Amino acid sequence: MSILIIIASAILSVAAIVALWRVVRGPSIVDRVIGSDVLLTTLILVVGTEMVATGHTRTIPLMVVLAATALLGTVAVARFVTRPEATATHTAATGSASAQPDGTEKGMD
Amino acid sequence: MVDAEPWASILDIVAGVLLVGGALLSLAAAVGLVRFPDALSRLHAATKPQILGLVLVVVALALSQRSWAALLLLTPVIVLQMLTAPISAHMVGRAGYRTGDFDPSTLVVDELAADVADAGRSDLPGSSDPTDRATGRAPRSDASGEPSGEA
Repeated sequence: MSILIIIASAILSVAAIVALWRVVRGPSIVDRVIGSDVLLTTLILVVGTEMVATGHTRTIPLMVVLAATALLGTVAVARFVTRPEATATHTAATGSASAQPDGTEKGMD
Repeated sequence: MVDAEPWASILDIVAGVLLVGGALLSLAAAVGLVRFPDALSRLHAATKPQILGLVLVVVALALSQRSWAALLLLTPVIVLQMLTAPISAHMVGRAGYRTGDFDPSTLVVDELAADVADAGRSDLPGSSDPTDRATGRAPRSDASGEPSGEA
């Protein structure tokens, strides 16, 4: 069983490093958000694996909190990135920045 | 208590196998992050370990602990992740669509493009090629009269 835990830990380490590489490398901020999401999911799995390996249950609240708050950063960045990017695309398409009033931007959501 | 020992070792082995399964799903997400070309494809790969991988690891933990208290504490992990993972995936997918971070030629159907054209949004991808729903309509006046599909 300990061999299986060692294998799982090695696989999780590789996955975390690759996700971190995507966060560093990612061409757009959406790619970085997805990479950090995978990194956080891998962290939750690592916490669970560590509890199986050592046989305690002290970090289960950490798993609960991570699972509950994983969406906050993702949603915040997604909300933050959407509007300026859409405005920039619109400005490039029409050539004037004042053609789109703010009311229609907010009405979309 | 004589029979408890083989059951315990079998449950521990099952827990280890489930751990390796969850780790493999996380590795699959990482490989998808590297190999897939754009953000929406990477999102597809990234959502795999969020539910199934977490369920596998939590079941492994419950099998290794074998107590009702641990199961009671572990249930909110699954429930909260099932509640929040679709929200974050939806938000990231919407951001990826709006920033145009995908290849439109790889799409089989883009149903959102018709709604975007109906709403008169010229600042979103898909509005440059109007579909059948948008022809013959004045987009701006229609958007106020009829409820579009993305309220």
